Amino acid sequence: MAHAIEPLVLDDIEAYLDAHQHKDLLSFLTCGSVDDGKSTLIGRLLYESHLVFDDHLAALEADSKRLGTQGDNLDFALLVDGLAAEREQGITIDVAYRFFSTKRRKFVVADTPGHEQYTRNMVTGASNASLAVILVDARKGVLTQTRRHTYLVSLLGIKQIVLAINKMDLVDYSQDVFKRIERDYRAFAEEVGEAEIACIPLSALVGDNIVHPSPNLSWYAGPTLLSYLETVQVESAAATKSLRMPVQWVNRPHLDFRGIAGTISRGSVAPGDVVRVLPSGRTTTVSRVYTHDGDLARAVAGQAVTLVLADDVDVSRGDLVCANDEPAEVADQFEAHIVWMHEQEMLPGRPYLMKIGTSTVGLTIDHPKYKVNVNTLETLAAPILALNEIGVCTVATSRPIPFDPYVDNRDTGGFLIIDRLTNNTVGIGLLHFALRRSHNIHWQAVDVTAKARSLLNGHEPAVVWFTGLSGAGKSTVASRVEQRLHSRGVRTYLLDGDNVRHGLNRDLGFSAADRVENIRRVAEVARLMVDAGLVVIVAFISPFAAERQFARERVEDGQFVEVFIDTPLNVAEARDSKGLYAKARRGELTNFTGIDSPYEPPENPDIRIDGVNIGPDEAADMIVHQLRAKGIVP
Amino acid sequence: MRPLTHLEVLEAEAIHIMREAVAESERPVMLYSVGKDSAVMLHVARKAFSPGRPPFPLLHVDTTWKFKAMYEFRDRASTETGMELLIHQNPECIERGINPFDHGSSLHTDMWKTEGLRQALDKWKFDVAFGGARRDEEKSRAKERIFSVRSANHRWDPKQQRPELWHTYNVRHTPDQSIRVFPLSNWTELDVWQYIYLENIPIVPLYFAEERPVVERNGTLIMVDDDRMRLEPGEVPMMRKVRFRTLGCYPLTGAIESEADTLTGIIQEMLLTTTSERQGRVIDFDSSASMEKKKQEGYF
Repeated sequence: MAHAIEPLVLDDIEAYLDAHQHKDLLSFLTCGSVDDGKSTLIGRLLYESHLVFDDHLAALEADSKRLGTQGDNLDFALLVDGLAAEREQGITIDVAYRFFSTKRRKFVVADTPGHEQYTRNMVTGASNASLAVILVDARKGVLTQTRRHTYLVSLLGIKQIVLAINKMDLVDYSQDVFKRIERDYRAFAEEVGEAEIACIPLSALVGDNIVHPSPNLSWYAGPTLLSYLETVQVESAAATKSLRMPVQWVNRPHLDFRGIAGTISRGSVAPGDVVRVLPSGRTTTVSRVYTHDGDLARAVAGQAVTLVLADDVDVSRGDLVCANDEPAEVADQFEAHIVWMHEQEMLPGRPYLMKIGTSTVGLTIDHPKYKVNVNTLETLAAPILALNEIGVCTVATSRPIPFDPYVDNRDTGGFLIIDRLTNNTVGIGLLHFALRRSHNIHWQAVDVTAKARSLLNGHEPAVVWFTGLSGAGKSTVASRVEQRLHSRGVRTYLLDGDNVRHGLNRDLGFSAADRVENIRRVAEVARLMVDAGLVVIVAFISPFAAERQFARERVEDGQFVEVFIDTPLNVAEARDSKGLYAKARRGELTNFTGIDSPYEPPENPDIRIDGVNIGPDEAADMIVHQLRAKGIVP
Repeated sequence: MRPLTHLEVLEAEAIHIMREAVAESERPVMLYSVGKDSAVMLHVARKAFSPGRPPFPLLHVDTTWKFKAMYEFRDRASTETGMELLIHQNPECIERGINPFDHGSSLHTDMWKTEGLRQALDKWKFDVAFGGARRDEEKSRAKERIFSVRSANHRWDPKQQRPELWHTYNVRHTPDQSIRVFPLSNWTELDVWQYIYLENIPIVPLYFAEERPVVERNGTLIMVDDDRMRLEPGEVPMMRKVRFRTLGCYPLTGAIESEADTLTGIIQEMLLTTTSERQGRVIDFDSSASMEKKKQEGYF
């Protein structure tokens, strides 16, 4: 078998190729639960459009016997369930893309699972689809999950829905059953959106009404599934609206050429058009629409081109080229739907990244105004969003960005939410409208707390308190720790004798009382800095255990890390880098720790560094490693 | 205005993907395997960055066992495009003399290709690598992302793949991760051939039928491409009119008997054929989910 051989393939291959070349492309999404027979339907479409090769078919026959659920019949679901793990579980766990073509059209199918926990996959599959095929089991009718699928595809901007009422063979091909399901569904779908709906009765397993009209469904006068998919007119609004082209790349191969490369997301562009570049707002004229195959008289949505502009205006990646008379809006605060896609929940106030079009900016998300129960469409109060939850939130970007409402244009209204540390895509958002300055965001987290500051910093605040004798190596190690943290993007401040005793504590000497006061003040400053969200590195001899304990109690549990640079007196004295030990021995310095003033070594420091055998770089690495292990810094 | 044809859509999508990857990566590279998919990918890359040259080198992970005609074609492609060609041969394989006859197809492929690719990416510290794989080739590839994140040891973890929406791609990665990018993900075999036909893209002559010396082993025709081919006792190469649907190491690549010596002939034959493309590759027969395993180990 293989392809049904169109006579043209044999008779006139060039005519066949010419016909094939001019086919257009329809991307659609299929959704349904494990039991609706979705994989069977897709397997059947591939099989019936003759895209299953002999060796695949042989493998399918073998697999059907081993794993199949259809007795001796072919289990078409096995054609499409890919990964080994899910084949064993018998469920599809990710979005899979399939391709087939007919005489009229080429198709891309995004096959997505209907399981509750996999909202993420359906949203992903829907993002590039212009039509959705939603399966229902004729025996069960419109279920909770049918509503969920409809809501999600509408949310993602799909305006054409096919309700495939499957397993008609199991309800005796009853027209009444079909009509009841159609009525139920249309009533519900009206509430959700404005999609155009076609209801088609079929049996994927038997093959009724997939490609050929079935005598079993003689009461049904509409098109078969395939003929509907072949002829449906997909929205062409993208071509008629005003121009949007996100700038991907400024192409400057030599001095005589400067082109703005990008894919036209909406509308069209021709030489002579006046365009406006956002967010700067500068206007210019397009002088050429360059492609490798020659300049174009006009380029339309979907084409990847390189624009040459009449003026040398400043344009860079992330900018948006718009029609001058109808440019996108520019704003930095929005209302948006957020779909959360990661196990680690969405934290209001945490700094994320937004990738919208070709632009990446900082993003913070406010507490959800509400979340949506995708099964009932009820709205609920929610402090956070967890995996697969959908909510409406106020979001703010680190700088103004050009955008269109998602319903107007997916590319300039939809965005990815990226975690700053792992770089994973943790969620997505759909922009609805910009918040006007006048009704500025009312941040619920309006009280800026230590937690809020630390979220903004992207790490926990802490005090890293170095103690040890003079000459032990505290300042050397402390400054290397600070360098390492700084290079990791951690906000730090180093407090040591030099910058504190010359200013804040200028009035203090070295008596025991002054030493206590010295440390008290340093501990209070450290506490304020922790409140400010910093990692404060303190490098003081701090000889007395009680003052160190006092400093520890200024901050919360887990925020104080005591580092003991354990260098014995004889080694520190032998180093005597500042000549202080010699002075003290000569009696020129009094109350010198270790000579005529005691040092109380910590009994249980959080980190102990052997100051004799471990060099400062190794010591700094160990300390940073510990801070990471404690979850303080990334 | 007429709607774009599916090939126009696919070409524009591939250009968009390449520009995104290059704009957001530090050291991109294109894996160039000399086959028809690489030829298409290279052709699209030239369009994407025209009138400039694609701002990345080509990398051929060589096994020393490719067809002679492939090496000739490869060197010519690099000269004609003016792009830098990097060639990596796994030094351990050279030292141990790894070959398909003594070590079997699985070890041979694993060490030369899978391990060799890892070595090459580490050696030149490439963070983004373009590959010509397509989703229609094999079931486990149907779920592959266009931007596929690999861990420090180049492993592919199906559970760690990022959601991919619209045409907005997340190219960010940590210093120890790398990203494979597949600009031809949504192309089918027919699309590739049709595009080669329309755009008049040069391909290795091995795709066209010609009289070639072959021996038949286990029902597969293997071409005797050089004198390293070990003949079984009594085996005598015979001239047959054959061609190749996929290209790899010559002792591991099955030829098919064919009269198709033109592009339209090839496409016609492909449309009439009854076996899928990958069947010419010996490695797929190892086990039912073998491609998935290979991917987890870092092979494309």
